[in-house]
Amino acid sequence: MTKIVSKGRDKCGAFIALATMCLVPSALNAREVDVSGTAAIEQRYFLQDALYPEQERANVSVFAQVEIYTEFNDGNDSILFKPFYRQDQNDSDRSHGDIRELIWLHVGDDWELRTGIGKVFWGQTESLHLVDIINQTDNIEAIDGEDKLGQPMVNLNLIRDWGTTSFFFMPYFRERTFAGLEGRPRFELDIDTDRPIYESSDEEKNIDWAVRWNHYFGDWEVGVSYFDGTSREPILTPLIEEESAVLQPFYPQLKQVGVDILAVKGAWLFKFEGISRRTSVEDYTAAVGGFEYTNVGVFNSSFDLGWLVEYQFDDRDNLLLVPSQNDLMLGSRIVFNDVDGTEILFGVIQDLDESSSRAGFIEASSRINDNWKWSFDAWLFSSDEPMEPVYQFRRDDFVELSLEYYF
Amino acid sequence: MSSSKALLPLTSGLATLLTLIFVSFAVQAQDSGQRGLDIAIERKQRDVGWQDTVADMTMVLRNSQGQQSERKMRTKALEILDDGDKTLTIFDEPRDVKGTAFLNFSHAKVPDEQWIFLPALKRVKRISSRNKSGPFMGSEFAYEDMTTFEIEKFAFQYVGDDVFRDRDMYIVEQYPADEFSGYTRQKVWIDKERYIPYKIEFYDRKNSLLKVLEFSEYKLYLGKYWRSLRAEMFNEQNGKSTELITHSIEFKTGLEDGDFDKNSLKRAR
Repeated sequence: MTKIVSKGRDKCGAFIALATMCLVPSALNAREVDVSGTAAIEQRYFLQDALYPEQERANVSVFAQVEIYTEFNDGNDSILFKPFYRQDQNDSDRSHGDIRELIWLHVGDDWELRTGIGKVFWGQTESLHLVDIINQTDNIEAIDGEDKLGQPMVNLNLIRDWGTTSFFFMPYFRERTFAGLEGRPRFELDIDTDRPIYESSDEEKNIDWAVRWNHYFGDWEVGVSYFDGTSREPILTPLIEEESAVLQPFYPQLKQVGVDILAVKGAWLFKFEGISRRTSVEDYTAAVGGFEYTNVGVFNSSFDLGWLVEYQFDDRDNLLLVPSQNDLMLGSRIVFNDVDGTEILFGVIQDLDESSSRAGFIEASSRINDNWKWSFDAWLFSSDEPMEPVYQFRRDDFVELSLEYYF
Repeated sequence: MSSSKALLPLTSGLATLLTLIFVSFAVQAQDSGQRGLDIAIERKQRDVGWQDTVADMTMVLRNSQGQQSERKMRTKALEILDDGDKTLTIFDEPRDVKGTAFLNFSHAKVPDEQWIFLPALKRVKRISSRNKSGPFMGSEFAYEDMTTFEIEKFAFQYVGDDVFRDRDMYIVEQYPADEFSGYTRQKVWIDKERYIPYKIEFYDRKNSLLKVLEFSEYKLYLGKYWRSLRAEMFNEQNGKSTELITHSIEFKTGLEDGDFDKNSLKRAR
């Protein structure tokens, strides 16, 4: 941990300490600032020629994320600031910055209050995160949708013997990010992120709220949640103009009830997430469930071999918008348990309605030394059915090698 | 008839003798079992009342070529008198796992409950505690070697006395009750005066010597609690070793149950 004391010699430390002293009243006696972060260079290479003339076969991208943390008031208060910036070689839309977090946390005896820009994760499954709705997906970052934009919020957590109840008040909405015309993969039509349409007359200033209760009972983990506000998932509607056609994102108002469950039974983990959503456009139900089974020390080695199976269901009829309608994910995770922390995860997501539609993925990573790590990712897409979402990505198989620096 | 009658006292005498021999073996076994248990109970009893600790540690991993790699972490532990203890481990190095935190509720009779916090995703994941024989952070310590000593987790057998590092020791063998343990038995050298372990030999599922753990730099805290500030695990089968160094340890810091739940895991620093 990099502890920079305000008496520190280097200019950077002095500056950060000074900035913190200005931010935090000196009576709070903030002395230490912890700075850490990640920077990476990623080389992506596409295996086929692009569908669209603006796109390239190879792409270099770099990003940096810094985490600045300080605590005061005997550790009962803390401030975390986590800015992020990416510079992309080809896609100007992918060159973007975000405040992932800028949040003040106050911890009471049996409650916590978080105020600022934060990140929250809800849920239990691996292949799809249905219940998780607080943060908008930073869709341009990665195909798995696990990168999120910072969400302005006030979050109160009440911690009781009968579980934790969390209340969220969200005064500002973040739009989903999408690849630009030079980006790969992307939709056929450009997404006009400059002209979103909101159902709420308050537009992005609509006040969203949510509540979640979660608890555990021995081998069982249970979460129940409710969200009322602007849908994080836009409906993309074609907008045909004189010379061009674009897809315009429409963000309806949404009410969502979510349930997530996990059960541990020996080496088995059973996972389930289900949601019921209601908007002015449509009502629908979606669920994902399955298991993870881990074989420890296979073949007399120290390797762990895990098996992941998850079934994805969605009762919406609009094929184009719903990749996970009746699909099965089969995956395997190999953990080497070595000094370098080597791990490989690979799998396939097969559409059970359209046998030609599937996506395969590999994620592998290992440490080079205490500060450096490499990772390798690959995605392969296949579909003959133009109505399937994965059809849009049929020529976008890619491999990506990243070199990551942690400090 | 008469001969068989004559034989009767002889057979019954033989039976009595055999019974006596068998019983004495059984009593001896029972004795050494009881003695092993007594030593273990005394060991546990002398370490009761520490309430909670906060420690700062480094793990040095070495392979047979002498290359080394470090892990830095902090642990918080809470004593639970009628069950296993609760521990929260926060990793600082390697850098890529910085902020990862691991929460363990150790239980005497049912499987431990474990959660891991992944800071990049802000996700708390429940994990299966079945993986107790697996390496802890790629080291020669298994997860089960990192948990606190609980009587109910073993059956005991006193096997003899020894002198180790000029101190008188009991040798007690402990047999894990959990079928998913990586060991058939552990042979523990326990100091006769202090009732603390100085050395443990770990025997794998095939009952061959797998690892040897030696504790050194014992320091007495609060006039009652001995803690080893240096523990070295040698793997006899692959030539690797891991040294666990405790830089500092504080007792009775005022931690409570609320410092060991999923919420505290999320804000662990």
